[in-house]
Amino acid sequence: MAQLATSTVGAAIAVKDLEIRIRGDRGSYPVVADMALTVERGETLCIVGESGCGKSMTALSLLRLLPDAASASKGSIEINGEDFLAMPERRVEDLRGVEIAMIFQEPLTALNPVLTIGEQIAESVRRHKKLAHKAAMARAIETLQLVQMPDPARRAKQFPHELSGGQRQRAMIALALACDPKILVADEPTTALDVTVQAQILGLISDLQKRLGTALVLITHDLGVVAEVADRVVVMYAGRRVEEASVYDLFEHPIHPYTLGLMGAIPRPVAGRPATERLVDIAGTVPPPWDLPKGCAFAPRCPRASARCHEERPPLEEKRPGHFAACWEHVDA
Amino acid sequence: MLAYVIRRLLLLIPMAVGMIVVTFGLLLLVPGDPAAVLLGPEASPEMIANLRRTLGLDDPWYVRLGAYFWQLLHGDLGRSIFQSAPVSEIIGGRIGATIELAVVALLLATLIGVTLGVLAAVRQGSLIDTVTMLLAQLGVSMPVYWLGLLLMLGFAVQLNWLPAIGRGAPMLDAIVAALSGRPQVLWDSILHILLPALALAANSAAIISRLVRTSMLEVLREDFVRTAYAKGLRRPRVVVRHALRNALLPVLSVIGLRFGALLGGAVLVEMIFAWPGLGQLTFSAVSQRDLPLIQGIVLTFALIFALVNLVVDLLYALVDPRVRLG
Repeated sequence: MAQLATSTVGAAIAVKDLEIRIRGDRGSYPVVADMALTVERGETLCIVGESGCGKSMTALSLLRLLPDAASASKGSIEINGEDFLAMPERRVEDLRGVEIAMIFQEPLTALNPVLTIGEQIAESVRRHKKLAHKAAMARAIETLQLVQMPDPARRAKQFPHELSGGQRQRAMIALALACDPKILVADEPTTALDVTVQAQILGLISDLQKRLGTALVLITHDLGVVAEVADRVVVMYAGRRVEEASVYDLFEHPIHPYTLGLMGAIPRPVAGRPATERLVDIAGTVPPPWDLPKGCAFAPRCPRASARCHEERPPLEEKRPGHFAACWEHVDA
Repeated sequence: MLAYVIRRLLLLIPMAVGMIVVTFGLLLLVPGDPAAVLLGPEASPEMIANLRRTLGLDDPWYVRLGAYFWQLLHGDLGRSIFQSAPVSEIIGGRIGATIELAVVALLLATLIGVTLGVLAAVRQGSLIDTVTMLLAQLGVSMPVYWLGLLLMLGFAVQLNWLPAIGRGAPMLDAIVAALSGRPQVLWDSILHILLPALALAANSAAIISRLVRTSMLEVLREDFVRTAYAKGLRRPRVVVRHALRNALLPVLSVIGLRFGALLGGAVLVEMIFAWPGLGQLTFSAVSQRDLPLIQGIVLTFALIFALVNLVVDLLYALVDPRVRLG
């Protein structure tokens, strides 16, 4: 299988050959396979794909927070050079929140309804920084200020249901940032928000990431978001990487037919194209992970699929310098 | 908040009126004549008829009901037919024992039920889970009088560890005594209450443990529990502070309702363990057809139950910030 040419030494996150399996009613089957990621400090990596492509599972595995039915069955995850999968649970607990923190998708359900925002943030600070109650609360308010929460001292005393959606997501981000994590994983952080608030929150995350020098892994299905914040992009389909490149290369010369399909689905004005033109969508649906086709998983939906695509799975290969794709019939760059 | 409490308290009045009318109606339907019971089997029909007239039992039902309400308006629960003492005085002398028994039983039931429920949920599918749910099944299906007799037979008769019947010094007095250097008084009270409270608590403990388990299993799958782990919190803290606090919300209202069941169960338990409370009194009052006393007891039970549930509702608003009283 293909690995990235870049050195993984000193990387904040280095995932190699990761496979995540689910044991369920249909037996055991992989939902993520051959996954490899490298994220440096201060870098933003976006993982893009449709629902069910394994991007959330990948994100959860980075904190070893996979649901009970799922487990990393193969490969390795290194966090700041330490083997994360082999680590004892207590050590993982020590790292969560400080070394690596996570912003979840739906802040209303991801925040505890019976604790105040301030208590929830301060709890993390007390746990890792060994601060007393008062100092931890002060730190919580400071963090709320950092994420531009209006009237942070008052908000800290409020419960999640008393905040607006955007404020809740700010609180969630503050919670993740409270202990200055070196790595931040954000799983669709703007999906639950209004469009105008989405842009604010995204800008905030990106801005804080640059200022604090955090490594950011951003999971999204929205290529507009990717174009906004990413340094590098991994496109996933049916649990595997299908294309990986710098954000510039990806948008300039997308290689994989699936990436092209995704780009066709972005509503945006293009010079020379009438505004009334319909968005292109990708026909068909993602195959379920327990019933993947033999060859390329995208072949049944692919306009360029050949006989070989249905028979043989294409490996991820470097098609241009620093630009990887898994495709037999890819678009020539 | 205060307005809410006042409104709830005012609602007690129509409830009490309803309770009185229903009890009165039931007692009219039940056969048996207090005058005959009072005078014994030797009494002639004339003597019984005389006594009935003196007691006012011959008046039409609406006159008697009206007279009772008139008394109540003056704060008078009437006089017991058999003990020739004011009903309020008789109940006052007994109520402490029953409340003590019910409160201790409720504490036991909550403690046992919550602990077992949490253990079963956290170790779902394990031996602890299976054993706990088996015990709960047993606890739900075992009648309180049978369990009471079993406990008595086991711990009092066979093992001789605990007293079989009776009550020690009232718990509050015993605590005062213990504080003033006589701990053996408190110890004696605790030994006496253990068996009856356990018999009374078993059923509620079983119901609470099942409920806590279900509720916990649900909450443990919630997103905010995952967030708590993502903060790096250790498992016990996540389970207790984040999961349990949320899982107990639906359990709290059930605990309040169980208090009513405990008062009902107290009638049987007090009979078995000769516990000198309202339950025992209820039994004798009913067998003697002591109408004013029965009315008084039912009214007392109803008021206690309603007040406990008011307290539970207030607690609910205290622990769940999303609840608004109104």
